[in-house]
Amino acid sequence: MPETEMQEEIRINGIAASPGICIGKAYLVDREGVDVVTKYRIDEKKIEKEKKRFRTAVRNAQDELKAIIDNTPEEIRQHTNIFEIHVALLKDKMLYGKTLDIIEQEKVNAEWALKSVVSEAKTIFRNMDDDYFKERAADIVHVSERIMRNLVGAELVDISEINKRVILVAHDLSPTDTSQIKLEKIKGFITDKGGKASHTSIIARSLEIPAVLGLEKATHLIRNDDLIIVDGKQGIVIINPSEKSLLEFEELRGRYEEQKALISRSGQAPALTKDGIRMEVMGNIELPEEVVSVMDYGGDGIGLYRTEFQYLSRPYFPTETELFDKYRDVVEIMAPKPVTIRTLDINGDKAVSYTVDSEEDNPALGLRAIRYCLKKPDVFKTQLRAILRASAYGNVRILFPMISNYEEIIETKNILRDVSEELYKNGVPFKEDIEVGIMIEVPSAVILSDIMAEEVDFFSIGTNDLIQYSLAIDRGNRKVAHLYQPFNPAVIRMIKQVVASGRDKGIKTYMCGEMAGDLLAMPILLGFGVDELSMNPQSIPAAKQMIRMLDSSEMKVFTSEVLKQKTSKDVLALLKSAYGSLISDHVYAEQQP
Amino acid sequence: MSIMRNNSELLSKDVIIANTLGLHARPAAEIAKLAKKACKGVWISNDSQTVDASSIIDILTMGCGPGSRVTIKIDDAGDMAVLDAIVKLVETGFKEQTNNA
Repeated sequence: MPETEMQEEIRINGIAASPGICIGKAYLVDREGVDVVTKYRIDEKKIEKEKKRFRTAVRNAQDELKAIIDNTPEEIRQHTNIFEIHVALLKDKMLYGKTLDIIEQEKVNAEWALKSVVSEAKTIFRNMDDDYFKERAADIVHVSERIMRNLVGAELVDISEINKRVILVAHDLSPTDTSQIKLEKIKGFITDKGGKASHTSIIARSLEIPAVLGLEKATHLIRNDDLIIVDGKQGIVIINPSEKSLLEFEELRGRYEEQKALISRSGQAPALTKDGIRMEVMGNIELPEEVVSVMDYGGDGIGLYRTEFQYLSRPYFPTETELFDKYRDVVEIMAPKPVTIRTLDINGDKAVSYTVDSEEDNPALGLRAIRYCLKKPDVFKTQLRAILRASAYGNVRILFPMISNYEEIIETKNILRDVSEELYKNGVPFKEDIEVGIMIEVPSAVILSDIMAEEVDFFSIGTNDLIQYSLAIDRGNRKVAHLYQPFNPAVIRMIKQVVASGRDKGIKTYMCGEMAGDLLAMPILLGFGVDELSMNPQSIPAAKQMIRMLDSSEMKVFTSEVLKQKTSKDVLALLKSAYGSLISDHVYAEQQP
Repeated sequence: MSIMRNNSELLSKDVIIANTLGLHARPAAEIAKLAKKACKGVWISNDSQTVDASSIIDILTMGCGPGSRVTIKIDDAGDMAVLDAIVKLVETGFKEQTNNA
């Protein structure tokens, strides 16, 4: 690496969204999710070669699409119509012909030519009145991204095959973006927007990739290929680090990895409190592959299997068989440990493409999760059938999200009953006494938890949404992010109420939000008698270690003290003074440079 | 040079978009497929613009809803079969609902 020009080191601070340290080259992704394309001139003599490169990329894209069509089962062939149109679009004059013309006339690289054609087409479509035609811009973008990937992919092989792992720098990443990224190539994430509870942060943590978010100006300060350091624990990003910084962080990285290895070794043993109470510590997963890390870190099961991923960035709804295969994989691997499958929790930011009915002003309060599923019984029934069928292969629990009133439980259970009767009639095996639970994440569900407990087998408190809805905080909004307080006395009282209602009616209460993995929250959760915690897999060992150091009877006394506090700050101060040193000395031996 | 060239009447036909969704992606793709078989240019126009019938994207940019009237025009009389085929396709409402095998 030649270091001809010395650049000054820049340090910026953001939100520490996923712990870990990585050092690597920056890779910028622009706002639209299309890679930043650089423009360069093509030598007169090489124009033909460049055009050929473009044609090859289109041909490869065409082959990919045809393979998708061929691999689609007969019964849902009609949904592949859109792919057939995409195949036709690939060779469309406006896209194909024009790009070739621009390469020729302007003597520029294929990526740039394609990008300029696409942005022009996009503008035309976006200015159209009719919603249907407006949406067609998305088809063109899809198609062009496929070509672009093939163009860039072919080039990567040319340059070098080694060390292609990069740090992703983006203004913001939507779940659709993250679902398209080849995650094994990503060392770290940096974004201008987003907070600790944003989707990017959750993904980064579950894949154990360091992330610093909410940096505001990262995409302006960082250029492609800049060397950067990401410290996801302290929330620092260093651009063009000095040699001194490099050494310092390289050492820190080593220490962090060592620590992680040490902690995960102690993860396998059960988490028993000093007085012998066993707390089940489970893992949250989003991708079936993550089961491996739940097992590595000693999870006692899956407390939350988010199922949205299979509905993302694809032109049609997944089939029952597709879903069943994925669920069965997870269930079989984990058996006899439980796998809690949460039904589709689609909202504004996790939308199935091509089912865009209309934009909602306020998606968090809109048609999402169970509301959406009750409105679309066909989509819902397909998923329920897949879950029920998977239940024959292990220990499955079914979890319904966003329940906000009693009728929703009744209606949902009726649908579940219909589906199971249908399976029964057809002789399809499933677990007839499958445990059915609801997410407690809307304040109304907390208030009605005593009534709701009569209808279900368990509760699972989803703290992320519960905090957002009860404190009226948009967790992605940087301006109010500081008011997103898990330790707000209101939140703590709600947790207490839910556990108490459950206990009264003889059902268990689990917790699967971010708070479940927060070591400082453990004394409270244990004290209230939460029966099971589910968290990001890599938090499991530390959580277990923490539980082993607590005494549940002492916690009961301690929680009465916590309940007297008036502010979030007071609660935190109390927790820190009582357990802060325990955490830093025994659970994490905090490393300070 | 064909003498037909100047007689645009013979080389163009008006049709009403009869299918329920208008000239959306699939119909556009089917028109483009036929238009590509022509030796010379095939054009579609409405009140405001004329586009290349062999380009799906171009057709889509017209934003033709159901019931709108369009004119399909060929540059060369030799492509009359293509013109007729497109007209027939539009008039039969693109055989919507059924799948092209």
